[in-house]
Amino acid sequence: MTADLATRSTVPAKPDEPPLRPTAQRLGPRGIFSQVLLTLVLLLFLLPFIWMLSNSVKPGDEVFSSGLLGSEVRLGNYGEALAYLPFGRFMLNGLFVSISGTIVVCVTSVLAAYAFSRLRFRGRGAIFMVYLATLMVPHEVTVVPLFILMQQLGWVNSYAALIFPWAFSAFGTFLLRQFFLSIPQELEEAAVIDGASKLRILVQVIVPIARPAIAVLAVFTFINYWNSYLWPLIIINSQEKATIPLGLSYFLSQNGNEWHLLMAGCAIAMAPTVLMVVLLQKHLIRGIAISGIGGR
Amino acid sequence: MAVPLAAPPGAVRAARGSGHRRGDGKAAAGFLAPSGAGFLAFTLIPVIGSLVISFFAWPVLGRRKFAGFENFTDLITDPTFHRVMLNTLVFVLAYVPLNLAVSLGLALWINSKIRWRGLYRLLFFIPTVTPMVANALVWRLLYQPNGLISQTWETVFGSPAPNFLGDPSWAMAAVVLMSVWQGFGYNMLVFSAGLDAIPNQIQEAASIDGVGPFRRLWSVTLPMLSPSMFFAMIMTLITSFQVFAQPQIMTDGGPGIATETVVMHLYREGFIQYELGTASAIAWYLFLIIMLVTALQFVGQKRWVHYDG
Repeated sequence: MTADLATRSTVPAKPDEPPLRPTAQRLGPRGIFSQVLLTLVLLLFLLPFIWMLSNSVKPGDEVFSSGLLGSEVRLGNYGEALAYLPFGRFMLNGLFVSISGTIVVCVTSVLAAYAFSRLRFRGRGAIFMVYLATLMVPHEVTVVPLFILMQQLGWVNSYAALIFPWAFSAFGTFLLRQFFLSIPQELEEAAVIDGASKLRILVQVIVPIARPAIAVLAVFTFINYWNSYLWPLIIINSQEKATIPLGLSYFLSQNGNEWHLLMAGCAIAMAPTVLMVVLLQKHLIRGIAISGIGGR
Repeated sequence: MAVPLAAPPGAVRAARGSGHRRGDGKAAAGFLAPSGAGFLAFTLIPVIGSLVISFFAWPVLGRRKFAGFENFTDLITDPTFHRVMLNTLVFVLAYVPLNLAVSLGLALWINSKIRWRGLYRLLFFIPTVTPMVANALVWRLLYQPNGLISQTWETVFGSPAPNFLGDPSWAMAAVVLMSVWQGFGYNMLVFSAGLDAIPNQIQEAASIDGVGPFRRLWSVTLPMLSPSMFFAMIMTLITSFQVFAQPQIMTDGGPGIATETVVMHLYREGFIQYELGTASAIAWYLFLIIMLVTALQFVGQKRWVHYDG
């Protein structure tokens, strides 16, 4: 799974150029020491996750009295957590909101990025500047007016309120426009001569080339929706519509002492994001290199 | 649930007729419509609206009233607001340097003679994508009196451990430590990408010239990495001023208001006290500070960021 990352960093840029820095092939005694030490640092770093998993399968009264392993491994805690609060429901809500939001973001960004990178029209520069300017505005500035807007639309406590306010940010448009600009126009010329419509050129020529950039946008958009906390806290007021982070905070406020169940809930909440990162690591790494997306 | 809209077919058909040279106004309108309408409704108008609301006494229920600069001046003289600003500043000043130091250090370490670099990078990156609320809950357990950290403290130091989240002199440090743990992986990847982009020849030339490893790091690697460092610093500064979920989940701003941050205060004023005008004014203070700090960074960058080379 990690082969991509490993080769990417060790293979020199040009194949005929000998590797000048000592590569990972030969590790001297110092290299082995460094490797072992780094692994220990990594294990310490991973300890919170390990502790979470270990406590998620302990009997509840052993959370503070036992080490890594309790007197038994209770996988049933997961079932109990799912029954205690509707975690299954939170997961489905989160998946629905994140997937819908990601689709809206990708489709609207692709269309707008095409207009900004390939079409000539009056005011293009000015409109694009307005998009760019809003990139600097922190989300917190818009939550109050958005809350009022949601009240007026009757969207308080709805999926629409979770999806739409964040589905049109300038970021996706900006990212994809930059990528589209790097695609040579000659590639589209054959299609233009064939008389293909602009929409067809976009869908059949540009989108396939831009797939890596779109994938990056999709992954980060999904993760942002999935992890979003402040906005759901403001706009959602029932378990029926809550997403995972909100569900966890409900759990904390209702029964914060059931640590074993809470840890099972955390593990459930983390699983989809970890899975995504492992499966799509190639896109993520490249995306960070080309765009500086995400950023905390 | 409405799922998105492809470009209106009418606009595209219209575009086919018009030549490339003469401009694509109608087609552009079609392609821009979905994004533009949403952008207008959910970003641009709210940004302007937020500024307007900040000049009103605007309770959720009841009558709203124009208040001029009152929300802003009330905040400036409010000791609670002073405290949450100070808390946020302390967080930023501790978190940003720690984050950059840890991420740069690990990026350099992993880029040295290490096997399975990709695996290390991936694992260090994981907490940046797992839900912040879940991360914070795990650390809340770690920090509990009699929890793992307390037990380790007592074993190592032989004295009773402080109540990390309940003691005003420890709570912010606890929040910072957890935040560094969860956040540095992102900058580590930015730096790794920057290091990978430095041509080997330059390192080798310096090495042949007899430049030692530390000098090489200081005079070659770090200057060449400075654009990545500048970028990482800007992004990390901006997002660290917006810190919310970690203190909200781990301490709920406590003890007292020892860890209440600007965004937590905004949330409380706006959505617990329901004073939307005050909340908007807080948001604009936050925005102004972020703009100011970012501008200062851009002014300062000339002194240490090298773009060519």
